[in-house]
Amino acid sequence: MSDLLKVSSNPHVRSKASTTSIMLLVVISLFPAAGFGIYHFGVRAFWIIAITVVTCVLTELVFELICRKKITIRDCSAIVTGMLLALNLPVTVPFWIPVVGGVFAILVVKMLFGGLGQNFMNPALGARCFLLLSFASIMTNYEVEGITSPTPLVTLRAGGDLELMDLIIGNTGGTIGETSMIALVAGGCILLLSGVINLRIPAMYVISFAAFLVIFGGNGLDYNFVAAHIASGGLMLGAIFMATDYATRPITRVGQYVYGVLLGVLTGIFRIFGASPEGVSYAIIFGNLLVPLIEKATAPKAFGKGGRR
Amino acid sequence: MSKLTFLGGIHPSDGKKLSKDRPIKAVLPKGDLVYPLSQHIGAPAKPVVNKGDHVLTGQLIAEAGGFVSAPIYASVSGTVKAIEPRRVVTGDMVESIIIENDGLYEEVEYVVPKPYTELNRDEIVALVQKAGVVGMGGAGFPTHVKLQPKNPAKIDYVIANCAECEPYLTSDYRRMVEEPEKVVGGMRIMLKIFENAKGIIAIEDNKPDCIQIMKELTKDNPRILVKALQTKYPQGAERQLIYATTRRMINSSMLPADAGCVVDNCDTICAIYQAVTEGKPLMHRIVTVTGQAIKKPRNFLVRIGTNYHELIDEAGGFKEKPVKIISGGPMMGFALFDLDVPTTKTASALLCMTKDEVSRNEPTACINCGRCVEVCPGRVMPNKLADLAERFDKETFEKCDGMECCECGCCSYVCPAKRQLTQAIKTMRKVILEDKKKK
Repeated sequence: MSDLLKVSSNPHVRSKASTTSIMLLVVISLFPAAGFGIYHFGVRAFWIIAITVVTCVLTELVFELICRKKITIRDCSAIVTGMLLALNLPVTVPFWIPVVGGVFAILVVKMLFGGLGQNFMNPALGARCFLLLSFASIMTNYEVEGITSPTPLVTLRAGGDLELMDLIIGNTGGTIGETSMIALVAGGCILLLSGVINLRIPAMYVISFAAFLVIFGGNGLDYNFVAAHIASGGLMLGAIFMATDYATRPITRVGQYVYGVLLGVLTGIFRIFGASPEGVSYAIIFGNLLVPLIEKATAPKAFGKGGRR
Repeated sequence: MSKLTFLGGIHPSDGKKLSKDRPIKAVLPKGDLVYPLSQHIGAPAKPVVNKGDHVLTGQLIAEAGGFVSAPIYASVSGTVKAIEPRRVVTGDMVESIIIENDGLYEEVEYVVPKPYTELNRDEIVALVQKAGVVGMGGAGFPTHVKLQPKNPAKIDYVIANCAECEPYLTSDYRRMVEEPEKVVGGMRIMLKIFENAKGIIAIEDNKPDCIQIMKELTKDNPRILVKALQTKYPQGAERQLIYATTRRMINSSMLPADAGCVVDNCDTICAIYQAVTEGKPLMHRIVTVTGQAIKKPRNFLVRIGTNYHELIDEAGGFKEKPVKIISGGPMMGFALFDLDVPTTKTASALLCMTKDEVSRNEPTACINCGRCVEVCPGRVMPNKLADLAERFDKETFEKCDGMECCECGCCSYVCPAKRQLTQAIKTMRKVILEDKKKK
């Protein structure tokens, strides 16, 4: 009978969710936004997405080959980083920009800090900020033939009016993936329903941002102004896909609420009082840096314990 | 009213339908019976028989080794063959009494006690103690100790743990369907001990028929409440069960009695009933033999000491080669490397699986998804504790409430990176508990 049986410590069953399945779900949930970007900005958008994704995956592979580490590209996390970075680029960038960005995201932000789950900053956003600072004019060139050039945020700053319907559908200028609210929210629903993310961070982000605008926006309780701000400039892309990035958001329940509020307030400060109309990327990057502190301060108290010691 | 539950927990596939509708069948052992002297928490029992002695069914073979201990009775008649170390489900070798079954099942004559309504608290507790009743849900804590808290008048809830939240297990379910009067009878006896208490029979809502039966049987007794719990693992964990039914919270260094509660498992309460009404010691238990590898999954009434091989044979043997065999449920049970072990007082199931989900999934890096924190019923941070355990940082581990873990396994279950979180935490806890014992 000593036909060998497997032994292990309990529990003996495992859920079906795996790192790969989660990453694939994120990729799928980015399809609507990517698809709309390609439809809206043309086939060039597709090439930018493809180049970024391939660069990210290859960077991870080459790094692991050189360092003789276990090859982890099968977990699909590099694809997610690539897609997110591409959706954060204007369609006008030359093709070397996604390559530089992809290498920076994976090599500097992710792998050098220990790879998946160890990075303290969202790789896609880290790379975007790096590109924005290094190649400012290229990265803010939203002039596309046939499409009104200024991004909604620039218009809003200048005191102009926006057609809310255009913002919701995505019929505006901006980066490849940030324009269409419908597509982003559809992706967000996929993530919510499949349990990949929960509502805490996105909801707190949007609510606190709206509250900040009402108080400090200078327009009072102007629904159109608030809605236009929420629906433009990568806020939804950030709130749904970037702020919820596992490795760089707090892991505790309370911490996630705090983090969401923090991001909303920071975005508000950057957008209303900052030099650039954009604010989401910097707010999230800054928030990332505070995550360890938030986690420490909001560690849950154990079941039945009177208070934390 | 919202469902009674707790924060966290998981919904694994329950596998109960394999054996749910199979009535309890009594099994007569054929081979030798093995009685480990330590099948409860506390001091091991002391043998009172010698090699070569003839014993009868129901005869005392080992007496309690202290206050926190329990006596052991022969469940067959036969001859004491040896007293020697034998392997038990945990893989350890434990000093055991081995009895050669003569197949006659001659019983001792039980002294039937007076009706319990005429007994006082001490007499009832003495009967339970004498019968060797221990917690049969898995922990094996001697029941008479639970029945004697410092201040019995302060106990205001007696909770019957009929949640049966472990996947695949159906022994409590069958008991409630087939012999509900024993559960209710046991509860009445407990309420006689704790005069200020209300009884709660707590059942997960995936067993609506049991809830119905229990409600019917207790409708004339205002002191017994039947409560439906949300179906979720680990609903039957003692601390979570107390919280779900009474909203009271206890931590690892407290006893249920500190929150005015006494919790006993379904089978244990039936054992109390038998001990007090019939004067019979604990000699049987219900074991679910199930799993994809078993030909005819069933629920058996097993004499304690019966070899696991015999249970597998009774269930028709294997229809497929088993890859993993677990004593107990899939969440907290012990994986066996050898089937040649005896049924003990705490063995609730024998689960034979055709695939092993653990070895199929290689652990990878943590992606910080937070699922373990979300599901942890102990409200600790398993990802962090496992890291600390791997670094062997005892001090920080304790500071981060590592000792509050109840080892339920939810964190390992949900982990998408398939990390062995429970295992790491469990190992660390063991080391720290050992250290504390030494001091």
